[in-house]
Amino acid sequence: MNQYPLWKYLLILAALLAGLIYALPNYFGESPAVQVSPLRASLKADAALLGRVETTLKAANLNPEVTALDGNSVKARFADEGTQTKAKDVLIAQLGEDYVVALNLLPRSPQWLTNLNALPMYLGLDLRGGVHFLLQVDMNAALSKALEAATGDIRSALREQNIAYSGVSRDGKMLLVKFRDAGARSKGEAEIKQRFSDYALNSADERGEYNLLITLKAEAEHRIQDSAVQQNLVTLRNRVNELGVAEPVIQQQGADRVVVQLPGVQDTARAKDILGRTATLEVRMVDETHQAVAGAAAPFGTDMFKDREGKMLLVKKQVILTGERINDAQPGFDNRSNEAAVHINLDGVGARQFKDATRENVGKRMAIILFEKGKGEIVTAPVIREEIGGGRVQISGQMSTVEAQDTALLLRAGALAAPMEIIEERTVGPSLGAENITRGFNSTKIGFIMVAIFMMVYYLMFGTISMLALAANLLLLVALLSMMQATLTLPGMAGIALTLGMAIDANVLINERIREELRNGVTPQAAIHAGYDRAFGTILDSNVTTFIAGIALFMFGSGPIKGFAVVLCLGIMTSMFSAVLISRAIVNLIYGRKARLTKVAIG
Amino acid sequence: MEFFRIKHDIPFMSYGKITTSISLVTFLFAVFFLATKGLNFGVDFTGGTVIEVHYAHSADLPKVRAQLAETGLPDAVVQNFGSSYDVLIQVPFKQNVAGAKLSEQVMESLRKQDASVEKRRVEFVGSQVGKDLIDNGELALLLVSLGIVGYLWLRFEWKFGLSAIIANLHDVVIILGFFAFFQWEFSLSVLAAVLAVLGYSVNESVVVFDRIRENFRTMRKAGVAEIIDNAITRTMSRTIITHGCTQMMVGAMLFLGGETLHYFAMALTIGILFSIYSSVLVASPLLMMFGVSREDFIRPEKTETEEVSP
Repeated sequence: MNQYPLWKYLLILAALLAGLIYALPNYFGESPAVQVSPLRASLKADAALLGRVETTLKAANLNPEVTALDGNSVKARFADEGTQTKAKDVLIAQLGEDYVVALNLLPRSPQWLTNLNALPMYLGLDLRGGVHFLLQVDMNAALSKALEAATGDIRSALREQNIAYSGVSRDGKMLLVKFRDAGARSKGEAEIKQRFSDYALNSADERGEYNLLITLKAEAEHRIQDSAVQQNLVTLRNRVNELGVAEPVIQQQGADRVVVQLPGVQDTARAKDILGRTATLEVRMVDETHQAVAGAAAPFGTDMFKDREGKMLLVKKQVILTGERINDAQPGFDNRSNEAAVHINLDGVGARQFKDATRENVGKRMAIILFEKGKGEIVTAPVIREEIGGGRVQISGQMSTVEAQDTALLLRAGALAAPMEIIEERTVGPSLGAENITRGFNSTKIGFIMVAIFMMVYYLMFGTISMLALAANLLLLVALLSMMQATLTLPGMAGIALTLGMAIDANVLINERIREELRNGVTPQAAIHAGYDRAFGTILDSNVTTFIAGIALFMFGSGPIKGFAVVLCLGIMTSMFSAVLISRAIVNLIYGRKARLTKVAIG
Repeated sequence: MEFFRIKHDIPFMSYGKITTSISLVTFLFAVFFLATKGLNFGVDFTGGTVIEVHYAHSADLPKVRAQLAETGLPDAVVQNFGSSYDVLIQVPFKQNVAGAKLSEQVMESLRKQDASVEKRRVEFVGSQVGKDLIDNGELALLLVSLGIVGYLWLRFEWKFGLSAIIANLHDVVIILGFFAFFQWEFSLSVLAAVLAVLGYSVNESVVVFDRIRENFRTMRKAGVAEIIDNAITRTMSRTIITHGCTQMMVGAMLFLGGETLHYFAMALTIGILFSIYSSVLVASPLLMMFGVSREDFIRPEKTETEEVSP
């Protein structure tokens, strides 16, 4: 009665073997490495780059353990962190202009394991060190930006169609267009309705005034917010690339939040600076009808900004061009004055807008304004000499070479569609991360040994079998976590220890049941059978309730807690398998064949 | 080896009044401390900044405080963390005008005073995030409770689900009471531990309930109290050993896991100890109070035929 069919043994053997293979990379661990990847899409990581990296390292007398081409990057693994840092500096000096050089960790396991896609567990930031940011996207700013643009567009649309209006103004989320008479209003309404399908129109007349109220439709509002978050994600990705991080995580969380995780980054000030920059570029016309007076309010329809020399200048509110239209920006020099300059390449729409604006305004001054952290500064305000087509624009004006480089980087990395604010930061230094690993590992180890000694003393042979099953449980859990590449956090490590402690419950239930049956005078074989059989229902019930808690934690938890929940849920599954199937298989192998079993060692 | 060789069933149910009043008193104490002292919510929930720094030598806390006061943070809480080399600086959200930038300001200022200072950990949480976490925590607690009641209802009977969840929510309140009384920091990981305890200690009740159900089928002549007494007595050995083993693991975390896991393990320890008590001595009397009976499991055929043919 206590025998398994052959296929069950084979299944268990296969599971254990797979567990062993996928858990093995954790034994080998990870080594510090340097990762070189191209900065621009036009560059490829190929054998030539691999050769360059190798010769560069050899020239500096740095001997990597392995160098390899992996995907779109070249990776070099080193024995220790000191060599890694030196190698990074050398590589940045040699390749830094075109390539991102980032610190990374590479598994030390033999090639055949890597070929099987067997990787070590993916360590969370609290174990490997790094920064976690949660950024909140300012949706109201995204909306008001869209409304501001619509104000300008409505004006020019009405002007184009020669519809007489006396003003377009914005009040919160509402636009108000004033017309001279009812006829103009109905013409204007038809025109706006046709051109601006995202807006809902309502006419509102007031004491001889013919007004049109324009509000954004709900679905358009959603779309603007959604695309603002999407654009910010893209922008953040570009900016993080400039930072040189090996495996950054940039994800949307909820409707208006973005998670950025930068493993290994310690210079949080620089990271925050680059992430938090809300630099956008706007091109507007200079208002020359009024005189700028420092301290006084800017006249209606204009804004006042300082230029690089500190002089105040009035510019019109209407925006000709925004930073979104920029394809590329490179630092360089003005070929006439030899001043530092930024060369900008516009996309198709931007090129057309710029061409139109320059054609219409020859002889007037145009201001190029850089908005950083909500404050605008006029980079330059040149006089337009001629129509500028082709989308190639050059900005120059009292800039140093370094400033030109910074401005170019900022413009290239793209503008944020809406400003973002850091609402959560978690930084863990590398030494604390390493300490957390040791602590988590040690407490699991000591706990396991204590439980093992107790179980073996208390239940003798059956205790030993239980411990073998528990060890198999640990192996399978680690293998599953490695296979799924689920993030292992410190609470996750606590989860491993906790699930092991809880998993022993199943074996205690079984062993107690067998003892009880034996005491009732049942034969050993029947007692074993009844013990496993009857305990199973209880084991299932008690695990399901813990599983429910795990699922809820996974759904509502964030970051490290999610890691705990994943381990808890996986651990319950592996413990069901090992405590019931594996321990039974061992019992069957030892006792199952003996037809006349008179005594079992269960204490 | 065997710790519990109990010949006769222990009449737990006749102690029902005493045990329920003991737990009622503990419960009321816990509620009292929760109401008067309240939980010492960590930065995860309140928002603010926590910075852990490490010095190459024993840290001079008054000097650190003075330096921070000079930086414009006179109310920053500065204390040792784990060892005399490690210092924990807490800045509440109210004064945290600099927001995410604060940690850099603090580090810069400390570095000026002593170059050996090393940044170990920074946690900055905005107030909105904290509110969301509290909401999510409450939602998770509700979901776990409902899920457990639902599952036990399905597997047993509503009386079982209800008494198990009351017994275990009582554990949760007692854990929270401890955290309120000692003013231990209630962080996100403590919340995770509390929810894990809820799932874990319910299985204690499940084991006893399973036995009760089995006994209703096998002990045909026994009364309800006898049946419950027998179930508890016979599962007691397993209860103590299982919890002992889990506690060994948790104990290792409590003492070796470092500061971060300390309160996590502490919540688990309290939870495990009280769940032994409550699942046996609270859940079962409650079950009797709700009037559990043999008919809940075994429908006599007679009543069924009566229902069919009026």
